[in-house]
Amino acid sequence: MTPLQGCLLVSSLLFAIGLAGAVTRRNAILALVGIELMLNAANLNFIAFWRYGPNPEALSGLMVVIFSIAIAAAEAAVGLALIIAIYRHYKTANLDEIKDLKG
Amino acid sequence: MTWIAQNLWLIPVLPLAAAAVIAVNKQPQRKLAATLAIGSMVLAFLLSLCALSATLLHHGDGAFREVAGFNWLQFGGQWLQLSWVLDPLTAIMLVMVSFVSLLIFIFSVGYMAHDENFMRFFCFLSLFAAAMLGVVIANNLLLFFICWELVGLTSYLLIGFWYHKPSAAAAAKKAFVTTRIGDLGLLLGMVWLYAQTGTLNFYTTNGLGCLEQSALSAMVTHITAAGMAVSTAIGLLIFLGAVGKSGQLPLHVWLPDAMEGPTPVSALIHAATMVAAGVFLVARVYPLMSAGAVAGEQGVPVTTALTVVTWIGALTAIFAASIAVAQTDIKRILAYSTVSQLGYMMLGLGVGGVAVGMFHLITHAFFKALLFLGSGSVIHGCHEEQDVRKMGGLKKFMPVTFATYAIGMLALAGFPLFFSGFWSKDEILHAAHGWPVSHIPFFIGCAGALLTAFYMTRQVALVFFGEYRGSRRKEAHISSARTGTKSEPPHVGSYEDQGEPHESPAVMTLPLVILAVFAILLGFIGTPAWPWFDGFLKGEPAAFDFSRLTEGGTLGLMLASAAIVFTGLGLGWWLYGKRLRRTVEEPDVLQVAQPAVFRLLENKYFVDEIYEATVIRFNAGAAGFCDFLDRWIWGGVVLLVTWVTLGLARLYRFTDDFVVNLGFDTGCEALREGGGELSGWHSGRVQNYLRVIGVALVVLILFLIWGRKS
Repeated sequence: MTPLQGCLLVSSLLFAIGLAGAVTRRNAILALVGIELMLNAANLNFIAFWRYGPNPEALSGLMVVIFSIAIAAAEAAVGLALIIAIYRHYKTANLDEIKDLKG
Repeated sequence: MTWIAQNLWLIPVLPLAAAAVIAVNKQPQRKLAATLAIGSMVLAFLLSLCALSATLLHHGDGAFREVAGFNWLQFGGQWLQLSWVLDPLTAIMLVMVSFVSLLIFIFSVGYMAHDENFMRFFCFLSLFAAAMLGVVIANNLLLFFICWELVGLTSYLLIGFWYHKPSAAAAAKKAFVTTRIGDLGLLLGMVWLYAQTGTLNFYTTNGLGCLEQSALSAMVTHITAAGMAVSTAIGLLIFLGAVGKSGQLPLHVWLPDAMEGPTPVSALIHAATMVAAGVFLVARVYPLMSAGAVAGEQGVPVTTALTVVTWIGALTAIFAASIAVAQTDIKRILAYSTVSQLGYMMLGLGVGGVAVGMFHLITHAFFKALLFLGSGSVIHGCHEEQDVRKMGGLKKFMPVTFATYAIGMLALAGFPLFFSGFWSKDEILHAAHGWPVSHIPFFIGCAGALLTAFYMTRQVALVFFGEYRGSRRKEAHISSARTGTKSEPPHVGSYEDQGEPHESPAVMTLPLVILAVFAILLGFIGTPAWPWFDGFLKGEPAAFDFSRLTEGGTLGLMLASAAIVFTGLGLGWWLYGKRLRRTVEEPDVLQVAQPAVFRLLENKYFVDEIYEATVIRFNAGAAGFCDFLDRWIWGGVVLLVTWVTLGLARLYRFTDDFVVNLGFDTGCEALREGGGELSGWHSGRVQNYLRVIGVALVVLILFLIWGRKS
């Protein structure tokens, strides 16, 4: 097993855990945590493909990941703010009870 | 190039700025308005003096002329320029206009003191002064025309200043429309001149202006319809503008009606400056008028255009003077006198050249402004009474006004030797006498001079001598009037005081005194012995030579004109002064002697009625016909089109409602139902969506792994 395969394995595990968390957790904050995990799995992929790819000298993968982390930070802030707003409105953070978008 | 010639534009712009500032300020700020208007005029006057001194410095070394200007707008490959010129003609007019305006502004402060629209009045006055000064400095027929029209506009605004009086509103309209007829001629002349010469600048630094030799000689040789040179035709068209503005014969009707405006307006616009603009225009384009001339006996050019100017002027002079004899409104007498004097100026321009006409213009401006302001003072003192039959004996009540008015009257009548009117009128008569074409204008001029002396004597006798014939409403005033010891009332000019007449305040009498001084002194710059004015305009030095008084028939003519004046004065005094009018209703002396003639004169030769019966009736008929066309023919067509359109619109609506909408409605219904169906799939639970996404992702991956291989 090459290092690349190891990395990809870790990242797919991470993604699967994140997806499972985001899908199963009732608490909105924990769902958000799951989403963050999925995002970082993607970041790990970026790094792996860059590091073990054909042209590791160019810092392309690193750059993308740094961007992605910065954007993830901003997105986390927005997501938390949304959750707080939702909490204030519904007096709960339970995702099963928030279903006003029902058709 | 002198500084002042470069910055000559400042002179009209100053009052213009004052007018603008007054216009945008809040209403009741009398002091601000008067200060701004008078202050800007003082500055303009000082700058005018600078201009005059600049020309005086160059006096004697040939024709002095400096032009400056700027490109205004471009059309095609050519620039329209606005430019101004400083030459003796401009300088002398600038000083005259700004000085007379200044005095009249000051007078107005007193005269309009009780008017609620004081600021509007000063705004218009300043605007007028700006436009008039613009006319004077213009070196460009376009700039001239713009200012000329502005002058017409302010004239309209100021005649109709008391617009709530129907007569004033009508007079304003009449003045505007009548002068417009003349302006059409001016505009056509201007366009034609541009087509011929390709420039509207009078003078340029390189000799290519439309009044300079190359352009003129081209126009003289170019013959148009009826064997007339183009220069003559253009000259006549431009003269038409002057006829309208200066109240010459066919278009004089507006000027007497213009007296509906406030008296300072009459003095400034309809006596001293604006109406003289027509004369100034002819003087300005004199090179065009006299182009291709056959020199007369004394080197005076004779051309068709100038001959027309002469005849129009002469006829106007006698015509208006005879009307003035039978008028009873103090301002109307002066108005007809103005028309007549403008005729004299035109006559002078036609027979004697620029200097002769302009000299009378300048002297006339001063003494006519004096007379009008004097009449304003009289009207003010008599509580807005304008009928001379209801005045009388004012000598006693208004000594300053009387003294200055008498000076103005003697100057206008041409009292020998000491008054300016004598010298300027004498010069015109002298030139008319030497005119090679005909002697008739000379005799007409003499008859006009006789009538002038006569009607002015009549007016002064009626207004200032005898007993006061106006109504005295307060008993107390009657008793004090009988004792004749009434002191200056403390509440000068207040409307409550309907008692006997009173002298006007100092702010009104002071301008009178200054104008009176000039009415006397100005004559001495243009006597035959010392023709300084003539030389100044031509740029030649003038020598003092008494012998010229006696040679060439000058002395004889002077004696003759003096005799004429004395006859007129004597006749007037004999008829009106010796046997003074006692009551208001008493018929006029002339009316008793010659009722038919008097009726003709009193009704102004029925010119208004003739116009009413011909031009205006024709116009009204044409307007009625147009109205008929509009109402029934074109209106019918429009109505028909409307009906057709309405019918079509109904049809469209029907198709819309029952054909197009039907299909759309069905489609919309189906869409809505489909949407409802689809929205049922939404649980609203965000994690369900996520699950669907996860499952779809797995399916996608499986498809990517195995799907492709198969």
